[in-house]
Amino acid sequence: MFAVVVGGGKVGANVTRSLVAKDHEVTVVEQERARADALEAEFGHRVVHGDGTEMYVLELAGIARPPDLVLALTGDDEDNMVIAQLARERYGVEKVIARVNDPRNQEHFDLLGIAPTVCPTQRIMSLIEHEVPEHDLVHLLELRSENLEIIEVEVGARCPCVGTPVEELGLPAGSRLISVVRDGKAEIAVGETVLEPGDQVLAILEPGRESEVRRLLLGR
Amino acid sequence: MAPMNAIIVGCGRVGSALAQGLADDGWKVVVIERREDALTRLGEGWRHPFVLGHGMDSHVLERAGIADAEVLIAATDGDNTNLVIAQVATKRYRVPHVAARIQDPARAEAYGDRGFEVISPVRLAIDGLAAWARAARPAA
Repeated sequence: MFAVVVGGGKVGANVTRSLVAKDHEVTVVEQERARADALEAEFGHRVVHGDGTEMYVLELAGIARPPDLVLALTGDDEDNMVIAQLARERYGVEKVIARVNDPRNQEHFDLLGIAPTVCPTQRIMSLIEHEVPEHDLVHLLELRSENLEIIEVEVGARCPCVGTPVEELGLPAGSRLISVVRDGKAEIAVGETVLEPGDQVLAILEPGRESEVRRLLLGR
Repeated sequence: MAPMNAIIVGCGRVGSALAQGLADDGWKVVVIERREDALTRLGEGWRHPFVLGHGMDSHVLERAGIADAEVLIAATDGDNTNLVIAQVATKRYRVPHVAARIQDPARAEAYGDRGFEVISPVRLAIDGLAAWARAARPAA
C-alpha cells in the first residue's frame, strides 16, 4: 500500500513509523523545518518539507498517483479538512482518514462529508464516561454513518424496569436492548428477559432516543 | 444597492477596511475577530458590533447573527480557516452571498466552484502586474 501522511508531529511520526514497519510505502509531509529535518534523519527520502495544504507540496509527496490512503494528521483542524477535501475531490484518493483535534469541530468534518475521522479527545471522554461511574448512561460507540449509537446503562434497585420483561417495557421505535451482563455473564436480551438490579444493559438506538430510553429503564 | 446585513470574519488589514467601507455605505456590519487588540484597527468611530471569538466556532457565528446575514466574508489570515468558514456559512447556514479570501492561487482555483466567491489577492497581483508588463513598449 502507498500512503501519504500529512503532518509529522507525534501522531504523524508514529503512524509513519508503524506503516514503514509493515513494509508499506509512505511519504510524510511536515511544514516545520526543524521537525522535517528530525524526521528525515529517521525516514530519509520519505520526508517532504512543506505546507501540506499547498497542492504542489502534496504533489511532491505523490498525491497525484494517487495513493491508496491519505492521512490528514496535522494539529490544525482546518488544515485537515482542506487536505481531506483536496485529496478526495481533487486527486481522487478513495480512502482518507482525518484527525479531529478540537471535538467542537467534528460537526464541520461531518458537514463536509469527511469520514472516517479520529478524535482522541472524544475517545478519552468516552473512556472517562465508561470508567468513572458517575454517569448512569454511557456512550460506548457511535456509528455515525449508520445513524445509530450503542449505550450502556446499569440497572439500579429502584429502577422502574426491574421485574418487567423487556417486551413489556414499551421501548420506543428506533431502540432495542442488545444484551444483559449479570454476575459477569453476558446474555442476549430477548423479549422474555427480565431485568434485575445490577444488570449492565447494552442498547442500540437512534441518536435522540436516549432520554426516552433512560426514562424507561432508569426512571430519570 | 439596499443596505444589507453582513458579517466580516477577520479584522486584519483587509477585514477592517472592508468593514469600515461597507458600514460607511449604511450596511449593518458585524465583525468577528479572535484577538481583541486587532479590533483597534476599526478606529474610534466604530459604532457597529463585533464578536470576540473564532470564526469556525458555531456559537460565535450565531452570536454574530449568521441566521439573518445576507453577506459573509471570510477574511482571516488563514486560507484554510477561510475555506472552512465559507463552506459552513454556505452549506449549514445557507447565507446567500459568501466570499473567502484565499492567498494561494492554486487552492483558490480548486475551490472556485462551490457556491461561494473566492478572491485571491495573489492572483489579482499576478494578473495586474502581468497586464502592466505586457502593455509596456520599448523605449523610443
